[in-house]
Amino acid sequence: MYLFIASEIMLFGSFFTAYFFVRIVNGVPWPTPPYHLPVFVATINTFILMTSSATMHWATTSIKRGNVWGMRAGLLLTFLMGLSFLIGQLYEYMRVGFNTSDGAFPTIFFCLTGLHSCHVFIGLAILAFMTIRAWRGHFSAEHHHGVEIGGIYWHFVDVMWIVVFTTVYIL
Amino acid sequence: MRNPLRSEAEAYRFLGVVIVGAAVIIAGAYINRWLGVAVAVIAFAWLGWWLMKEPVPGAADPPPVVTSRTPPGMHRVLVVAPPGTESVRVPDGAEVLVVVPALASTGESYTGAVDDRRHDAEATAATIESRLPEARVEVGADDPALAVEDALRVFGADEVLVIGDEGMLEAIRRRVALPVSRA
Repeated sequence: MYLFIASEIMLFGSFFTAYFFVRIVNGVPWPTPPYHLPVFVATINTFILMTSSATMHWATTSIKRGNVWGMRAGLLLTFLMGLSFLIGQLYEYMRVGFNTSDGAFPTIFFCLTGLHSCHVFIGLAILAFMTIRAWRGHFSAEHHHGVEIGGIYWHFVDVMWIVVFTTVYIL
Repeated sequence: MRNPLRSEAEAYRFLGVVIVGAAVIIAGAYINRWLGVAVAVIAFAWLGWWLMKEPVPGAADPPPVVTSRTPPGMHRVLVVAPPGTESVRVPDGAEVLVVVPALASTGESYTGAVDDRRHDAEATAATIESRLPEARVEVGADDPALAVEDALRVFGADEVLVIGDEGMLEAIRRRVALPVSRA
């Protein structure tokens, strides 16, 4: 787990280094005029993702108490909210009005948010497996390691989004 | 140092800390940019301190007292019996622990879908236990060598007997420094 955290810190760290270099060292305006960041859509997405962490936690605590239907509902809701986030992100990309070839700001924007979206996509694949296994009765109060590990990953993805959202969209 | 991703509950708690920290930084930055920077520095320093100082759950608990009821000089044998094993022959007068590894395919291991294999192993363990009432029978990890390693942490065996193919025997031999032979 420490190796995973270290590798993720280095991966995101390299992208954030590029972000800080472009914005602080080179002094590129953020966002570069005439572009605007879609803060409203991103804020909605942030609330969706934070809520999905709560449903993920509900799923885990449910199965720990032996509540199989609570876990199934929690996992399904988490998956649907994660999917909504990803669709929202794609919608944002289509309507944002700039592309990677338009300068350093759009490049960093797409790299950071795109890297995070890749993590959400992987998380959705894990959630899909977990949800199918939950419906097939693979988890119980005694055996729910698969839900626990998937939950850790999902919360990690949320933590990274809070950092990306704060630095890219808000500050 | 605390691992913020140690468990799902810990990760959820860490997410809450990050959300509060981000909110404080944003509030500071809206008042004044340099105030935001100062708040960020303080928030990251506090986060580092929290990760270093917050006690790991269970770390302060006294270690469990390990006692052995094995009389001195008694021979202790660890038997590895794969799922499907019907009976186990063990040396007379020895203290025996039988481990049934929940053998899984590579795909099942990678995806963590080992629950069905655990059920198979539990069924085998129940069968062996009914035929060998004086022995202790447990279900082990999906990798036989790992199952042996886990068992040896709480059971100081003098030798390991393996019911299985040559590959399993070799894998266990490579992992442990005890006499390993076929049962």
